[in-house]
Amino acid sequence: MRFIFKTRYEQDIALAKHGGQRFWYGLLVLLLAAAPWLMSEYGLAQLTFVLIYGIVGLGLMLLAGFTGLFSIGHAAFLGVGAYTEAALVGIGVPFPIALACAMLISAAVGVIVGLPALRVKGMYLGISTMAFGFIVAEVFARWESVTGGNAGKHVKAPAIGGWQLDSGTEFYFLCLVLTILSTLGILNLLRSPTGRAFVAIRDSEISAQSMGIHLARYKTLSFAISAALAGLGGALYAHMIKFLSPEQFDIIQSIDLLLMVVIGGLGSVHGAFLGALFLIAMPQLINASKDFLPEVIGQAPGLKAAIYGLVLIAFVLFEPLGLYGRWLKIRTFFTIFPFYRKGMFKRQKSFQKSDRLR
Amino acid sequence: MSTPETPLLSARDLSVRFGGVLAVNKVSFDVQRGEVFTLIGPNGAGKTTVFNLISRIYTPTSGTIHFDGVELTACPPHEVARRGVARTFQNIELFEHASVLQNLLIGRHTHRKTGFWTDLFFTQAARQAAVQDRERVEHVIDFLDLQHHRDTMIAGLPYGVRKVVELARALCVEPRLLLLDEPSSGLNVEETEDMAYWIHDIRREFGITVLMVEHDMTLVSKVSDRVLAMNQGEVLAMGLPAEVQSHPGVIEAYLGSSQDLSSLRREAA
Repeated sequence: MRFIFKTRYEQDIALAKHGGQRFWYGLLVLLLAAAPWLMSEYGLAQLTFVLIYGIVGLGLMLLAGFTGLFSIGHAAFLGVGAYTEAALVGIGVPFPIALACAMLISAAVGVIVGLPALRVKGMYLGISTMAFGFIVAEVFARWESVTGGNAGKHVKAPAIGGWQLDSGTEFYFLCLVLTILSTLGILNLLRSPTGRAFVAIRDSEISAQSMGIHLARYKTLSFAISAALAGLGGALYAHMIKFLSPEQFDIIQSIDLLLMVVIGGLGSVHGAFLGALFLIAMPQLINASKDFLPEVIGQAPGLKAAIYGLVLIAFVLFEPLGLYGRWLKIRTFFTIFPFYRKGMFKRQKSFQKSDRLR
Repeated sequence: MSTPETPLLSARDLSVRFGGVLAVNKVSFDVQRGEVFTLIGPNGAGKTTVFNLISRIYTPTSGTIHFDGVELTACPPHEVARRGVARTFQNIELFEHASVLQNLLIGRHTHRKTGFWTDLFFTQAARQAAVQDRERVEHVIDFLDLQHHRDTMIAGLPYGVRKVVELARALCVEPRLLLLDEPSSGLNVEETEDMAYWIHDIRREFGITVLMVEHDMTLVSKVSDRVLAMNQGEVLAMGLPAEVQSHPGVIEAYLGSSQDLSSLRREAA
């Protein structure tokens, strides 16, 4: 068992709390950097998707997991980012500028969508963001001069000056760098007053306000950051998939994104990436298992949706903290072996919560 | 405006109406600098509503609240803390899924020196600000003996400790006026005694004026300088704790009138 001896306050704000973390995260970065030489081209493409979804997941995690605002229209931000990127790169704007514009426009749209969040919460916010998602999907389908409508739109390969990032490996490294930067940004926010204000809003708006937190400003900020990351993810997604059509950004995509953060584990940065891994790996696993299942089940048309639904229900019932929560339990089991008790992570039910001020 | 003679908080003819219910009716009182002022009264008397008016969760239907000579009803709710008013809640409103330390750091929000971009890149300035905030928070942790619970999640803490954490969080705001909504509710006898000492010390060491709502009369008479009794949204009596306690109107509000009492005695006889 590790005991961390604290002698300075700086230790508590350091990103890596001890040598073990430095070692493991270092190893992870090293492995990710070596991935192009360790994996097949197909595997690398899948890993790129995990990184892209990880970026989007980070944004949604900040919004849903840390600020407590649920968005069932997040695919819209993904789409805004993707189409902005496609349109700008299409007219010859340099790739980094297009990327920044995709983030900015997405963030601006996020601010607009965030406006109802200042008045409604919980399910009502979910419904209003969902409605927004439908509106945006409709815009993608109708605004043919920019989006190509239902016929779809081809996306040019990213280019910086004369340098084309057209190989899978180059693009993978671009995604990796952006993922690491986004993750560091989010971690920085979370260890600073801004991130704490988000957490305060999630847990009790009324007392957040009494502590001097401007609710409207921070909710809008959360929406903006979340949408900006979704926009960044969307822009990379556009280059990865090379062909955009409106149905890629419909309600199903939004639900997939929400599923990702819930299964990953709400309220943890790890959860965003574990969820992304799940979201990409799951269809592959389902496909692989089709051969072993009886034909009636294996070839059934709604198999994927049914399995997703079951998995989600199972997580909500048995592991509300998601994959990251499960990992914490496993880790605790080994660090304090053999003293792990069954009720250790059991949440205490609280009966004192008052509804009076809501 | 803010000479030492003017009261720190002065409420004039405060009224608030929720539909047909007049929850607070023309309540006026002054809280002097450095005193402990207590609101008492039976359930539903409007004490917590007065608190919510001061912390701007509700807007009064009529009347004014002046804090340090400045009109408080004109400022938005999140500005109240910045002016120097911190509060606790009757039914603990802590940030459940955060550690004690994080809760207390959120209390430092009004003193934040960094903006969004400094936070995003966690510059040297942000680092220094974080350490400074931590030092202030540690001061409060030492004062309220919370060292053991520093890294515990609120969700895993017993009720009594949560109550103290909430007090600690309010102290981290470094307020000039502290609003305590039933600081002893749900606490056992020893914890209530601790609370009485702390309220004493908060005033003596930090020079913070305290306005509280409390039912425990032992605690009230031990710590408060003046008491205001309310019933049905109106002021019944104001004065020293002993005076208010023996005021016939107050006794009537709590126990019923002496006529009721004598008629009960007759029936019993």
